[in-house]
Amino acid sequence: MIEVRGLEKSFDDNNVLKGVDVVFKKGKTNLIIGRSGSGKTVFLKCLLGLHLADKGSILYDGRDSRLMERKEQGKLRQELGMVFQGGALFDSLTVRENVLFPLQMFADLSQSEIMDRAEFCLSRVKLGDAGERYPAEISGGMKKRVSIARAIVLNPKYLFCDEPNSGLDPMTAVIIDNLLKEITEEFDITTVINTHDMNSVMEIGDHIVLLKDGRKVWEGNRFEILQTEDPNITDFVFTSELFKTIKGVAKAGRK
Amino acid sequence: MYRKSFAKEIDYLGYDSVAIVAIISLFVGAVVTIQTALNLDNPIIPAYYIAIATRESIILEFSPTMISLILAGKVGSNIASTLGTMRVSEQIEALDVMGINSPAYLILPKILASMIFNPILILLSMFLGILGGYIAGDLSGMITPPDYVLGLQLGFRPYYVAYSLSKTVVFAFLITSISAYYGFTVKGGAVEVGAASTKAVVTSSVAVIIANYIITQVVLGN
Repeated sequence: MIEVRGLEKSFDDNNVLKGVDVVFKKGKTNLIIGRSGSGKTVFLKCLLGLHLADKGSILYDGRDSRLMERKEQGKLRQELGMVFQGGALFDSLTVRENVLFPLQMFADLSQSEIMDRAEFCLSRVKLGDAGERYPAEISGGMKKRVSIARAIVLNPKYLFCDEPNSGLDPMTAVIIDNLLKEITEEFDITTVINTHDMNSVMEIGDHIVLLKDGRKVWEGNRFEILQTEDPNITDFVFTSELFKTIKGVAKAGRK
Repeated sequence: MYRKSFAKEIDYLGYDSVAIVAIISLFVGAVVTIQTALNLDNPIIPAYYIAIATRESIILEFSPTMISLILAGKVGSNIASTLGTMRVSEQIEALDVMGINSPAYLILPKILASMIFNPILILLSMFLGILGGYIAGDLSGMITPPDYVLGLQLGFRPYYVAYSLSKTVVFAFLITSISAYYGFTVKGGAVEVGAASTKAVVTSSVAVIIANYIITQVVLGN
């Protein structure tokens, strides 16, 4: 579980996060949605420790990262997995080497155990036969799957994803969504996904947080999002005719 | 992993530069010998002075400084563009998230590899430059091989080789650290990576020239 309390972050005079309070539960896919510039990426980077918050606290299963010793922070980092928007795979390494990398850096395992773990993660994302290929030789969807394999290879407690579906076709996006949900439930991870993709929201949104101008303005799940009349949600989610129709059908179904 | 990374950098930044250093040194050595011979055509001046002039030019300036400037272009742009691309494609952030000290992992092996391997390249350059002069002098008939060998031996000061190799180590540090700084701190996209690469080459070249003057003044000036 990740508990965020009164998180604030500014860059010069620009107040990006203005006191965000939210709890992300274990074994759930938690989605952060919001318009461009609403503070989603900065929020995610604060959770990852890439930005230091000006105020507030982030508790990882009750442990405040800001109060930790350097050694403890290092340990915490190994409990975090991250799937970057573009995959962020190391170009000079093969797919297998990318997945092996965190294990070789941190895992206290024998070489054969390391290889077995990497193979397990690659086959878990259905890329068991792509290990010898380089990132430049695989598709965008495959890159995302390698990135997921690399993120889960150290058995993380917390998984973060920044726009995991950006640049993917709808079918591949659904595959990635389902993979993230399956992994979250299978390994009982606290997953936080930053997304613009409303299909993801409807497919895997166990817990959805809407950020607007650096503040949390709504939270709920994918079923509640169809029923709410909150203007923040209706203005953001139901702007397209397709989603207006979906909401209409959902409402009619309720009646 | 750090050792593996160091070995990789020796390969990228060192071995990969051997061919260009060899070709340039061989031909520049030949040209230095021919031009010196053309300017020392007075019968009173012994022919072996051509070899002395070639040796001193190659050991004191051409190999350490000119080859370092060439490496500033080749290695500097390589480092800045590699790190810049890693920055804009979030690969450096990926290392940070994993808890890896990204400057130590990415930059330190490059600096160490260059500081260790560049003196070897410069020694190779000295040897090939002098060999180029020998071949050119013999082929053109401007200096006979025995005269050339005699000139190489006369008044040879091993200290000059040590001085040249020492300044090569300083230049290697300047080239790699300046280029790494520009690459590592890139913000933006492909255009900014290109701009950082250019700045890295220009700044490290200027730094090499200035450092060359300071080291020469301090070490040989008195």
